[in-house]
Amino acid sequence: MTIKSIVLVKQVPDTSNITGEAMKEDGTINRAALPTIFNPEDAHALEAALDLKDRYGGTVTVMTMGLPKAADVLRDCLYRGADRGILLTDRRAAASDTLATSYILAQAVKTAGEFDFVFCGRQAIDGDTAQVGPQCAEKLGLPQVTYMEKIEEVVDGFAVIKRNIGNGWERVRVKLPTLVTVVETANTPRPWSVKNVVRNKHKRVPLEVGEGELAPGDRIEQWSLDDVSADLNRCGLAGSPTKVHRIQSIVLKKEGFTEILATQEGINGLIHELVRDRTLG
Amino acid sequence: MPNFFQDNKDIQFLFDYFDLKELAELQERNTPNGNADWLPRGLDDVVDTYRTVLDIAGGIAGDTIAPNSEQVDLEGNTLNENQTVTLHPLVQENLTRMGKADLLGFTLPRKYGGINCPVLIYTMATEMVARGDCSFMNMFGLQGIADTIYAFASEDIKDEYLPKFAAGEVTGAMVLTEPDAGSDLQAVRLRAEQDDSGQWHLNGVKRFITNGCGEVLLVLARSEPSIVDGRGLSLFIADRGPTVRVRHLESKLGIHGSPTCELVFDNTPCRLIGERQRGLITYVLALMNGARLGVAAQALGVAESAARLARDYAASREQFGAPIERLAPVAEMVADMQIMIEAGRALAYETARVCDIENNYNRLLDRDNEGLSEEDKKAMKQKSRALKKLNAMLTPMSKYYCGEMSITVATNGIQVLGGSGYTKDYAAERYLRDARITTIYEGTSQLQVVAAIRGLTSGVFQNYISEFESKSYEDPTLVELRDVLTGARAELDHAISTAKANGGAYIDLVARKIVDAGIAILIGHYLLGQATKCERKKKVASCFIRRNRPVITMNCQQAESGNTQILDEFATIIYRR
Repeated sequence: MTIKSIVLVKQVPDTSNITGEAMKEDGTINRAALPTIFNPEDAHALEAALDLKDRYGGTVTVMTMGLPKAADVLRDCLYRGADRGILLTDRRAAASDTLATSYILAQAVKTAGEFDFVFCGRQAIDGDTAQVGPQCAEKLGLPQVTYMEKIEEVVDGFAVIKRNIGNGWERVRVKLPTLVTVVETANTPRPWSVKNVVRNKHKRVPLEVGEGELAPGDRIEQWSLDDVSADLNRCGLAGSPTKVHRIQSIVLKKEGFTEILATQEGINGLIHELVRDRTLG
Repeated sequence: MPNFFQDNKDIQFLFDYFDLKELAELQERNTPNGNADWLPRGLDDVVDTYRTVLDIAGGIAGDTIAPNSEQVDLEGNTLNENQTVTLHPLVQENLTRMGKADLLGFTLPRKYGGINCPVLIYTMATEMVARGDCSFMNMFGLQGIADTIYAFASEDIKDEYLPKFAAGEVTGAMVLTEPDAGSDLQAVRLRAEQDDSGQWHLNGVKRFITNGCGEVLLVLARSEPSIVDGRGLSLFIADRGPTVRVRHLESKLGIHGSPTCELVFDNTPCRLIGERQRGLITYVLALMNGARLGVAAQALGVAESAARLARDYAASREQFGAPIERLAPVAEMVADMQIMIEAGRALAYETARVCDIENNYNRLLDRDNEGLSEEDKKAMKQKSRALKKLNAMLTPMSKYYCGEMSITVATNGIQVLGGSGYTKDYAAERYLRDARITTIYEGTSQLQVVAAIRGLTSGVFQNYISEFESKSYEDPTLVELRDVLTGARAELDHAISTAKANGGAYIDLVARKIVDAGIAILIGHYLLGQATKCERKKKVASCFIRRNRPVITMNCQQAESGNTQILDEFATIIYRR
């Protein structure tokens, strides 16, 4: 038995380096102004897929949606052992929220061919919504297993998966195909392989080379919304009901201390304080 | 954790300093690629791949090997009741990650699944691995076994074993030392006997075998019972199995992650590598040369980790109202560590580069000689002979200098940390325990001196150094420093001829002084070369040369003193009745 996996990955702004220009006037993220990295939990999703390939054989396809430079994360995945990369890039997809993004990704997954697993990181560090994975599952009509920590076995069209549910673990059996979201504690992403780097470092999506020539072996697939038969009303701003009000950089500081007296008054004061800053209520 | 390649400015500098394109051209010429599907596109791409290789190795060293090192040191490996060994799970994890990154067939040709890197790049990677965990370098550094198989074994054996090494499926051991044959390997007794069918079997005991629990064993054994010296020894390859038992796992001062085994061979089937009787005199000597350079790199790595810890501590620890690095005696220790490491690196990396040229010439002459004209071959043969002599001096110098340097750096590392350095709260004490082996195994410092002194008394050193003395520099400071070295060399030549006149036993006595002076002069010239490409290196070169100049005089004076009291009055001095 071999396993075909699709991994949805994302290039994200490095939120540990937020600057003043992080948000555009329309409330969306100003991606051009921020350094970008491989979304950390997506690297764990990729590792989960590569581990299945090591154990059972098969293929790993990675997909990302974004600007042409998002091809960087696809190359990163190819360096770690993914077999195929697909970049979804289309100006009409700009400003998509999680609803629109998951619709486009679901269309792309359908277009990519047969599969047993779709893997996603639990959430991305830019939006922190954890919505895209589950929304994709819904649109694809797939059973979903969130917070995956380990795929214990795959047998007879079912997978047994250990989930981290915060205060313990849960073991579930799920029919394939399925969509799985992966947490950080699941594994340690493998390093790049020298041979894979040499094999793939010259690969580009057509938009990266502009008018330049691209040998057939050096081409990373580049799909538009038309290629995945997307309904344009469900993409980009038109398909996105979410409006971002404001992005704030919050620095948690340990500063001084407050003494709470062990009296009724002291406790009342503390409760009021916690209600006021919305820690409670 | 940081990436140990990206955060090391000196290694980055040296990567650009050496002409890697020239090396890559030689390394790639006629190299067997088999049906590898990942060929680089031209020499620039090859050099770019070297950078990638170091980037990946530096990442694993920083992210995995270094964080694992403390626990590995505390817990070590396990000897099981059935006389097998289980590696520490974190050692296994280190190996697995190295394997996944394709770093376990480092210098093997692509045909066998390797990544065909030169020894220079391997030396850089070895250093970074050892900085992560000195003991893990032994597992990483055992790739020399695969290189030995590649250089000397039959095609059948190569095809069978090399891809397994490159894929990380097996690790190996060099099975040389015995209870009564340590530095004196000519005394090896383990028996190799051939039965009527021609099958060889091994019987006997081996001791102090690094990773003796590995799957593939290269065993030095006596195949000619009637010949008592090194010419009676041959090299064999054997698989781990029920006839090879690990009787004992040594409890050591340091490098706890590296399993040191006592092995019992009980009629173990094996195969001959290369030709009979050449085991020690050809194959093991070649194997040892590579291994010695590996230990030099290991010493550099552990010294680097010790120096970084001391440097950071001296910058943050305040006494008398200021960081202790502002106190002259502490500043001297911290700066000296850095200078000594760069000095050792200059020597070891240059040695690696010269080894690469010699190895590739030999490879092209012996095997991959397609398209080579007779003239090319003749020229190569001539150069290869000269390089062999040069390497026979540079390799022991590197191992000796770097090993001793690492101990000095690690002990001063503890000193900078003071009482804290003496506790187990910091890794400083582990660095010293780990560094301590580097002057012992793969030939003690004393044996390295015996090997290196030949180069100084036979004229190899003088010929080599003359090339550097005739170099012209634009910068007057460099000219002045070069002349300082030329003056030192004249003193050394005088000391050597005086010592020679006193006879062989006397030279043995003062060899270390002569070799020390020779190494200082040599490194001085290397650093001057580096200084032409980097302002900072001018300061380092100047510090090294000026601070070593009086030491060279001291060593020369001792070497030519004619004082043999230590030998003459040995019994009296040590109270022997």
